[in-house]
Amino acid sequence: MSIQTGIQTSRTPLGRDDLARLVARDIQAGSFVNLGIGQPTLVSNYLKPEQNITLHTENGMLGMGPVATGDQIDGDLINAGKIPVTELPGASYFHHADSFAIMRGGHLDICVLGAFQVSATGDLANWHTGGPDAIPAVGGAMDLATGAKDVFVMMTLLTREGVSKLVGTCTYPLTGVGCVTRIYTDKAVFLTGPGGVQVRETFGCTLDELQDLVPVPLTAATGA
Amino acid sequence: MLNFADSVGEAVAGIKDGSTVMIGGFGNAGQPFELIDALLDCGATGLTVVNNNAGQGDQGLALLIKEGRVKKMICSFPRQSDSWHFDAKFRAGEVELELVPQGNLAERIRAAGAGIGGFFTPTGYGTMLAEGKETRILDGRGQVFETPIHADVALIKALTADTKGNLVYRKTARNFGPIMAAAAKHTVVQVSGIVPAGSLDPENVVTPGIYVNSIVKVA
Repeated sequence: MSIQTGIQTSRTPLGRDDLARLVARDIQAGSFVNLGIGQPTLVSNYLKPEQNITLHTENGMLGMGPVATGDQIDGDLINAGKIPVTELPGASYFHHADSFAIMRGGHLDICVLGAFQVSATGDLANWHTGGPDAIPAVGGAMDLATGAKDVFVMMTLLTREGVSKLVGTCTYPLTGVGCVTRIYTDKAVFLTGPGGVQVRETFGCTLDELQDLVPVPLTAATGA
Repeated sequence: MLNFADSVGEAVAGIKDGSTVMIGGFGNAGQPFELIDALLDCGATGLTVVNNNAGQGDQGLALLIKEGRVKKMICSFPRQSDSWHFDAKFRAGEVELELVPQGNLAERIRAAGAGIGGFFTPTGYGTMLAEGKETRILDGRGQVFETPIHADVALIKALTADTKGNLVYRKTARNFGPIMAAAAKHTVVQVSGIVPAGSLDPENVVTPGIYVNSIVKVA
């Protein structure tokens, strides 16, 4: 299959690193960003110095640097995933209420989160399976989802069983209502908003093939 | 009246059964391990503990939970790869859990210290963590009413105190320390060093000594 003109921009689905690279490229220079635990953390590997992005970590720091190694490891300097990290020149520390005021007060430009499900109207489910034996743990997910100016989700489009995680209505417990603005998946980038779900680009499939996988109406994004 | 304790045991001696105890730290960063060990030794039980997590591994808060001293946890993220003591107690129905989104946890603690009776926030609106709570539409957004979390005692860790009780912290170990110090009736701080008043630049003091009741130096 050749790359068709239009919204298909890759012959194959994107791997995790390619997707992280794409998200990194889409983050506007000068942004303040919070990267969620797991797949979103990969994005930091692809941010370029000239983008001048400042990373926030919920446990009280702006200007977080890469993961610490060797002699850099310091138990007092960790990220939200409790991994030792480093500080960049111009970093700042603050207490937890200030750190969450940064999220909740709408000061972050973008947060990137993982997800179990996202609905066509941008509802997010990413904290709890709701299973009877599951011990719930929410952390800062709800604050990020409702507080950042833009909420990007990174996930595979389908579950291991082949079921779409982009859904009409979330069946898992919600993290936030109508909060997701963009969904990066291995098969496509989706934009959510008042105009319904728009597809910015597809990877390894056509829009028609994508529509067959997803139970919500899709349209090609205009001007993307 | 500010007290300088000679030992961690003396510093926690007044903690009674059934107390609500805030414990600083995010994971292990800023967790006052020596004060928690002393709390374990002093035997207080039936505690309500406020912390971001519910203990890691076989130390600190995890041991307090393992020994059955904790009746209730108020936290945002109990489940971790090494939270086995909490997991076991929770599944056995031996510890109650109030799960709070982390920003609500921080702001509820801050509100207690600031004398605020409650606040509305969009965090959690429309989710199961807002069930049963008062909601309003404010500025066009659904918001949930949250109440302050007060405590009898706070156990926190700072880097350095001066003899007036002013505190400075170190890197991300600061986390909940400043807001817990303000929210508790009695705040106990373990520090690595105590310096004479005037040694800390007043511009750089993070927690003013008015919030601090007892200080103990830990080697």
